Amino acid sequence: MLGWLRHHKGVVPYLFLLPGGLWLIVFFVLPLLTTASVALQEGSLASGYRLTFNFGIFPEAIGRWDTQLLRSLQYGLIVTVLAMLIGYPMAYTIAFRGGRYKNILLLLVILPFFTSFIIRTISWKFILADQGFILGTLKEIGILDQGFRLLATPIAVISGITYNFLPFVVLPLYVALERIDPRLIEAATDLYASRFQAFLRVTLPLSISGVFAASLLSFIPAVGDYLNAELLGSRNETMIGNVIQRLFLVNRDYPEAAALSLILMAGILVSIFFYSRLLRGQELTI
Amino acid sequence: MPEADVRLDRVTKRFGSFTAVDELSLEVPEGEFFSLLGPSGCGKTTTLRMIGGFEEVTSGTISLGDEDVTDLPPFKRATNTVFQNYALFPHLTVFENIAFGLRRRKTPIGEIRRQVASMLKLVELPGYEERRPNQVSGGQQQRVALARALINNPRVLLLDEPLGALDLKLRKQMQVELKRIQSEIGITFIFVTHDQEEAMTMSDRIAVMRAGRIEQLGAPEELYERPRSEFVAGFLGVSNLLDGDVAERDGELVQIRLANGVIIRAPAAATNGATKVRVGIRPEKLRVVHQGAEAASDTAETNGLDGTVFDASYVGVSTQYLVKTADGHTLTVYAQNLTSGASEALSEGQRVRLTWNPQHTFVIDDEGRVESAAPLEEESTT
Ligand SMILES: Nc1ncnc2c1ncn2[C@@H]1O[C@H](COP(=O)(O)OP(=O)(O)OP(=O)(O)O)[C@@H](O)[C@H]1O
Ligand SMILES: [Mg+2]
Repeated sequence: MLGWLRHHKGVVPYLFLLPGGLWLIVFFVLPLLTTASVALQEGSLASGYRLTFNFGIFPEAIGRWDTQLLRSLQYGLIVTVLAMLIGYPMAYTIAFRGGRYKNILLLLVILPFFTSFIIRTISWKFILADQGFILGTLKEIGILDQGFRLLATPIAVISGITYNFLPFVVLPLYVALERIDPRLIEAATDLYASRFQAFLRVTLPLSISGVFAASLLSFIPAVGDYLNAELLGSRNETMIGNVIQRLFLVNRDYPEAAALSLILMAGILVSIFFYSRLLRGQELTI
Repeated sequence: MPEADVRLDRVTKRFGSFTAVDELSLEVPEGEFFSLLGPSGCGKTTTLRMIGGFEEVTSGTISLGDEDVTDLPPFKRATNTVFQNYALFPHLTVFENIAFGLRRRKTPIGEIRRQVASMLKLVELPGYEERRPNQVSGGQQQRVALARALINNPRVLLLDEPLGALDLKLRKQMQVELKRIQSEIGITFIFVTHDQEEAMTMSDRIAVMRAGRIEQLGAPEELYERPRSEFVAGFLGVSNLLDGDVAERDGELVQIRLANGVIIRAPAAATNGATKVRVGIRPEKLRVVHQGAEAASDTAETNGLDGTVFDASYVGVSTQYLVKTADGHTLTVYAQNLTSGASEALSEGQRVRLTWNPQHTFVIDDEGRVESAAPLEEESTT
């Protein structure tokens, strides 16, 4: 075997790719094909399913769940913008001002990950509760009306998702910002750029790859999320993830659930495509 | 001296409890090529960064012309900087890198094009406008950095070891180039280097720095011929140092009795009234003659010392001899190889006499030496 490899050196890189490739085939390509095939089947749990290539399921599902689909994309977009607005300054501060506390600060950023996603979201339920310690206190003092609530509103769902995916935004941004030589920023200020202009002309364009990665890492899971809507929202905040989950696990309508999953995937891919076009233009502007 | 273009008045910079620059004062007149020279960590970069506005001063003031700029940010100072590793913007083309300063000042695009073109001509890089910094060579990046700074027509150009990353040949070439550009545009250059040869060939004046202070400031030949401390003597080249006491004055000269009893003469002005001194002679100022042959060259006007050659190494233009005196001092001598062949050459073990012109003797005040005496080999870089 080793002797054979010695004479076929070109094979070696592919050997290294083998484990990852197998992993992708087993856990990504096969499930994707299965999902596609499930979507195109008809039947019921009782009578069994048959592959009928029912492409009509896609327009049907979109027609039925368009509100939730659009809402998910919309929430995903808002979450991404919010997470960027909160995460960029955080990453910037850690990268340029963190000094020797950099690692500790990064650890703090991912600290919430040490508890489970569900527990974290449930604790938000307590924080936002109508008579919880924040709203309750504010109502007590009379700053807020007794009827005011955050739970079961889009605000609760969006802030929940933003909170949960913030570390996914901070980390790639940090990596991109950390690589920037601070002397480039000094050079910009030496060349008559104010600190803000230096940021706009140098720091931001040089961190654009991080911005791209961070947006994907928050947008994709945010659009598909169902737990925050489930725990913090009401029927009016139902997202496409909730629909898919219910179709799969409650209604057992596998074809429609599978079709919706594929539609969601397509929607995300299209959004990313346009987004990457937008950013590519950005990097080159001066 | 014309009006000072850059003036530092008792500028101090502390990082925590560490003093990087200590009560440093200097004045640079307009149009001068001024160098800050010193070993690693002596505070050259920190001084330059304070002039550029990248580092706040702890105390003291900095002025450009009549204007006190101590508290101004970099973008409000009439200085521009060529950074040590150029700090070119990697996401911008050569054109946009050079145009950066003009764009920030809202110069019309036609004017920007014209000026960038003339800058590229000055640094001999026309046709490189659309390249990215990573698509040009190190020497070319250096020129782009220079053009990017110069296009803004600064009052003072600050350069932090701009040639440090280049190989020796390119370095020599850029030294000439930089000098040409400086004399062409006539603005003040403040140039940081730890290479004494580079500083000597390029500068009008040099400040030799050490541990945050200026050890000596002057024209290159002054620093070389009349160093006032062992540190400066050692930093700017090889020198032979001998202890002695000032004996008596002899007109323009002064007699100094060396530890071994030999009396030599040095310019009286050089002693500065000190009594315990070290005298120094640069190796190329010494002449070696066979003992016994001295009658011809030894006159009342020369200094002389006896010794034995214990090492001779041929280095092309010259031969380096190490000569040991009777009381154990080792002196280095560079003898020019005027004729070819070994006829002149001295061999090891030969007894010789070293002679030199008293005017070529420099004198270091030995009383102040304790503070400045340091192992020269460790601190000087060659
Ligand atoms: N930001 C800083 N914090 C703490 N100490 C610093 C800082 N910047 C510089 N120093 C210290 O100040 C001293 C002078 O540094 P500086 O960079 O001016 O040296 P230099 O003369 O330019 O040396 P080199 O030739 O190595 O570039 C050094 O001892 C350095 O460690
Ligand atoms: Mg330095």
